[in-house]
Amino acid sequence: MELKVSDLACARGGIPVLTGVSFGLASGQALLLRGPNGIGKTTLLRTLAGLQPALAGEISLDREAFAYAAHADGLKATLTVAENLWFWARIYGTRDIAPALAAFNLEDLSERQAHNLSAGQKRRLGLARLLVTGRRIWALDEPTVSLDAASVGLFAQAVKAHCASGGAALIATHIDLGFEAEVLDLTPFRATADSARAFDDGFSEAFL
Amino acid sequence: MIALLLRDLRLAIRSGGGFGLGLAFFLILTVLVPFGVGPESQVLGRIAPGILWVGALLACLLSLDRIFALDYEDGSLDLLATAPLPLEGMTAVKALAHWLTTGLPLTLVAPLLGVLLSLPAPGYQWLLITLAVGTPALSFIGAFGAALTVGLKRGGLLLSLLVLPLYVPTLIFGAETLRRGIEGQATTTPLLLLAGITLGAIAILPFAAAAAIRINIR
Repeated sequence: MELKVSDLACARGGIPVLTGVSFGLASGQALLLRGPNGIGKTTLLRTLAGLQPALAGEISLDREAFAYAAHADGLKATLTVAENLWFWARIYGTRDIAPALAAFNLEDLSERQAHNLSAGQKRRLGLARLLVTGRRIWALDEPTVSLDAASVGLFAQAVKAHCASGGAALIATHIDLGFEAEVLDLTPFRATADSARAFDDGFSEAFL
Repeated sequence: MIALLLRDLRLAIRSGGGFGLGLAFFLILTVLVPFGVGPESQVLGRIAPGILWVGALLACLLSLDRIFALDYEDGSLDLLATAPLPLEGMTAVKALAHWLTTGLPLTLVAPLLGVLLSLPAPGYQWLLITLAVGTPALSFIGAFGAALTVGLKRGGLLLSLLVLPLYVPTLIFGAETLRRGIEGQATTTPLLLLAGITLGAIAILPFAAAAAIRINIR
């Protein structure tokens, strides 16, 4: 099991949004996170990425194998497409950016500065970043925003290839990606006012 | 680490990177001072050490908020925080990149600007030495301030208020070493204290900055 989450509770801005989340992710598997806006998909992914602490519960995950792609692509506008990818490749200790450029059809744009790209092209570059990380577990936050149908196809292919080679992907999305994947609906885990109060009491006891 | 340093240097010299902004500010400030206090070289020579040090300090301050704010806005700070790079190393590298693009050029042009302020002849080598020893502290203290204010809308002003008081010891010992050097007095004590502040800042503040960033990106 690449990722195992049990009874996780997480908060956004100090307010609990999700409680009792439990799921597992095996290698070769893609899991889609669903749920209405504000349910806590981003919060869950940020908690898994270690950007914020969990309120309760356990996450069993090898952070050395984990790559996170946020809403924002983290691109530098005055660097070219290739320079942006190069930077992340060096940070993650990989060398070859050509397969990532090819997978998202960015070869013709590689010398173009990122601020000259369209929103969809920027997104493709942001997704190509995941390929150069060389990590096994991907966590993606709404990866298909501003992508056209063809690019969504490229993305679906990349995820399928990644899973086929033993990787795993956790994808928060609203749309149908066009491949078979398990779905985890977060709606039942929404934190209620009662559970929020329980955490509040727990916190006051812990700190006072 | 080296990749991050190269990226920051490259970003600084590309358009809109802010390289040269501090230098231009330093130049204008030192040109304005003789207009304000008059052209007598004796008066200018007396105040030159202080003016040059204050000018370098303010020029350094100008580009501090870019250290982390730009990375925060475009999301790369989140991604760097999840990357296999220790956050402490990241803050140290970014402070170093800031020094290489502001502190170092300021140090190198300061002797030229000293001419405009009739800096006495023995002052030039001491100006180079004190700025070279002192400006790294300005970048590392500034990076800590920038880490504290990252994520705040228009945090630049708050950053200045936080950081300027912390610059006082560096300013006192830097300008004092320079003054003593010009007057031919012993400079060892203030120079060692200046170097001590710089080394202390380099040793401790990257850790403090990393802790501040961890809290600010939650």
